[in-house]
Amino acid sequence: MTVCSHFALCVDPYRWHLPADASAHGPALDRHLLLNLWIALGLAILAHIVLIAGTVVRKRGPEPPNRHTGRIEYLPLIAFSLVFLWLAVRAERLWAGTRYTGASPEAMQVEVTGMQFVWTFRYPGGDATFGRTSPELVDAAAGNPLGIDPADPHGADDVVTSELVLPAGREVDLRLRAQDVIHGFAIPELRVKQNAVPGQTIHIHLTPTVPGTYAILCTQLCGLGHYRMNSNLRVLAPTDFAAWRNAREQVVSR
Amino acid sequence: MMTPRSAAELSSRQHPFRKSFLVHALFTTDHRLIGLQYLALAMVAVIIGMVLSLLMRLHLTWPDRVIPLHGPILPEDYLALVTMHGTLMLFFVMTTAPQAGFGNLILPSQIGSRRMAFPMLNALSFWSTALALVVLLASTLVAGGSPISGWTAYPPLSAVAAAGPGQGAGMDLWIASIALFAIAATMSSINTLVTVVRLRCKGMTWSRLPLTVWGWFTAALLSILAFSVLLAAIVLLMCDRHAGTSFFVPTGDLVNGSLHAAGHRGNGSPLLWLHLFWFFGHPEVYIAILPGMGLTSMLLANFARRRVFGYRLMIATTLAIGLLGIMVWGHHMFVAGLNPFAGTAFSISTIAIAIPSAAKVLSWLATTWRSRPSYTTAYLFSLGFASLFLTGGLSGPILAQPILDQYLHNTFFVVAHFHLIMAMAGVFGLFAATYYWFPLVTNRLMSETLGRWHFWLTLLAAYGCFLPMHLTGLMGEPRHYAQLAELPGSAANRLLAPTLPLNMHITISAVILVASQVLFFANLAVSWRRGLIASANPWQATTLEWSPALRAHSHPTSDGDLAPVEAFRRPCHYWSHHNGWHFLPQWDSADTTEPKSE
Ligand code: HEM
Ligand SMILES: [Cu+2]
Ligand SMILES: [Cu+2]
Repeated sequence: MTVCSHFALCVDPYRWHLPADASAHGPALDRHLLLNLWIALGLAILAHIVLIAGTVVRKRGPEPPNRHTGRIEYLPLIAFSLVFLWLAVRAERLWAGTRYTGASPEAMQVEVTGMQFVWTFRYPGGDATFGRTSPELVDAAAGNPLGIDPADPHGADDVVTSELVLPAGREVDLRLRAQDVIHGFAIPELRVKQNAVPGQTIHIHLTPTVPGTYAILCTQLCGLGHYRMNSNLRVLAPTDFAAWRNAREQVVSR
Repeated sequence: MMTPRSAAELSSRQHPFRKSFLVHALFTTDHRLIGLQYLALAMVAVIIGMVLSLLMRLHLTWPDRVIPLHGPILPEDYLALVTMHGTLMLFFVMTTAPQAGFGNLILPSQIGSRRMAFPMLNALSFWSTALALVVLLASTLVAGGSPISGWTAYPPLSAVAAAGPGQGAGMDLWIASIALFAIAATMSSINTLVTVVRLRCKGMTWSRLPLTVWGWFTAALLSILAFSVLLAAIVLLMCDRHAGTSFFVPTGDLVNGSLHAAGHRGNGSPLLWLHLFWFFGHPEVYIAILPGMGLTSMLLANFARRRVFGYRLMIATTLAIGLLGIMVWGHHMFVAGLNPFAGTAFSISTIAIAIPSAAKVLSWLATTWRSRPSYTTAYLFSLGFASLFLTGGLSGPILAQPILDQYLHNTFFVVAHFHLIMAMAGVFGLFAATYYWFPLVTNRLMSETLGRWHFWLTLLAAYGCFLPMHLTGLMGEPRHYAQLAELPGSAANRLLAPTLPLNMHITISAVILVASQVLFFANLAVSWRRGLIASANPWQATTLEWSPALRAHSHPTSDGDLAPVEAFRRPCHYWSHHNGWHFLPQWDSADTTEPKSE
């Protein structure tokens, strides 16, 4: 992390100040977003040139005759529609690629639970199965913020953390849940955002690519602590991740 | 000889604030007075809303400053500010002023009528709206203060009193206020629709209706649909809070240690609220802007001395925007738990709505192109409307692509989008309307010098404030954050730190933006009493509200009788001839043939 990135103006203006991205789908998303931004900027400038030039020219021109509706309205409209059709098709392909299908079966499973005003993460442990939870059993003070049911053997090895730790280069399948109100799970540097909704379990999947520490924010107004509902995502090299996980699982099994 | 009646009128003019005059003015069923009442109400709301927004910006930039008589702004205070700001601006300013305010003041005379269809209903709508405002403002006084769940009030945050300060009594008052407002808006739009359908004067065919009237008409159609759904949703929300239902709250919801189960039947879904709310919410933003779009078309043509380019197409695009506007609500829900296939469908309908919107912009460009217009303040604000609308509009199709919205949703990029296209463009429409129609109410002109200063300062400060928000949004700044530094997450602080210099710039622009409005209020106050006397038709306008027959009616003390009104042609009948231009107003019976092709 360079010192320079602390100053707005040092961020690459050709990338419209987008933060660096660290996910597999990010570069394509960024390219498409930048393409959109340049087109919008171009159209805004073009329209303003016409608007300003059209009103400041000194000599009054003839009124545009109505028989020119085709040339003045429909032609630009068709061009405009084609541009946005093209952009929409590109966008839908990217959307379909990340959202239409679920994660691959080998993807790592992590559960994300939003509650006022923390994110809690759960790994299924050695049995690769999450233990049952129940809101009646929630007791944060007793160390069970998710309400994991002690009667369910699958829960015994579950690892619960307050930061999300992921290996670089492996797909992860996130199950998003919310305990109380709607929260917005967002990792801007991984170009991902999805609300966690009470009563629903929503899956998203992604692959972090660059080791580092990234911000996890809440992006859906959820109460007075909304602004401080953030935590860290640590993306580790695969070997470091394996070491971290072993250490955690040992703590739980002891 | 003086009849007793005119003697009474005379004395009431000498003592305009006698009690009976006040009572008469307050409980009037006269549509112009009701229009002015709505505008006064919107003015109160906009001033409060503006001050609240200023407090938010100052707090974001200088979080440690203490507000005199209040103390530090706590996170819940910040959210109460956001909620009240949004609710005041969207409902009580942007829905009220263009549609009910200028609609009442101007619409009847633009269609050649001297009244609205239902005068009593009209007064009732106004008083319900006024009561709604009082109820909303009262929420600051109850225990817990105003609600903190934003103008969109997503449950369970809005459904469960334990979810936060302000979510108890404050939220109940918010709900009551919005319910009243929705009822009032429904009544008022029924009035508008019936007036346009039934009270058009002779010769005022649908294709001769001014585009402003088309804007009001379409917005009224949308209002009926949108506000009735909002009202239903609000009632369900109230039931969830107080009648033991679970429309929006799932079983086992655990808020702040209390389990939502006992005493509540059923398993509800917060997404149901999002669907109902945005089925209202998206049309609502068009309700706010359609009258302004119509006015912009009319004023640009008026001051450019041109016909509106593609008049029929402009009517068609107004209706198309209205129709598409009810099919796009899902674009607020791409990452809210909507099925991803539905995301694609809503994305396509949303991008489609950009096409009729672009058609309007093209018509404005064609109408003004090489027109050597007369640069009145009203014209400048209409140009400003066009500029802000297109700048804000171009980010719409970007947000309409779900894959991009998955990065941009609920960031300041969205805040920039809707403030440019709705808030600023909408307010510019209101300013244009005020400078333009002021003489109709007061017989005086507003000061053009002050007006120009007001225009340029407002335009520059508006862009200075809202353009950089696109960048802070792209940098990742989320909405609704009470502070942007000293967050618990180290990475969050690092992510948001680069936005701080730009945020400082935004705050300074916001201060200038608010300060510039002093010029407007000063201009209103001074011109009301001392403005230059206006001629009968100071802008060489062609629409009926300036016709002698109807202007006489707007000053009942003068001797104008109820002369019949008739429309003979489309508005904006201007043409150049021998280096000059001429115009024929709608009320002029001179025999010309309507332009045949469109
Ligand atoms: C060119 C046509 C338009 C398109 C394609 C468009 C698209 C969108 C999209 C996709 C969003 C959701 C973004 C998000 O929340 O992530 C949005 C938000 C919004 N738009 Fe537009 N829009 C258009 C025109 C307008 C107009 C004409 C207005 C108002 C006059 C408007 C007002 C708003 C508002 C108020 C929001 C934010 C609501 C909130 O979250 O509080 N938009 N727009
Ligand atoms: Cu949250
Ligand atoms: Cu919308």
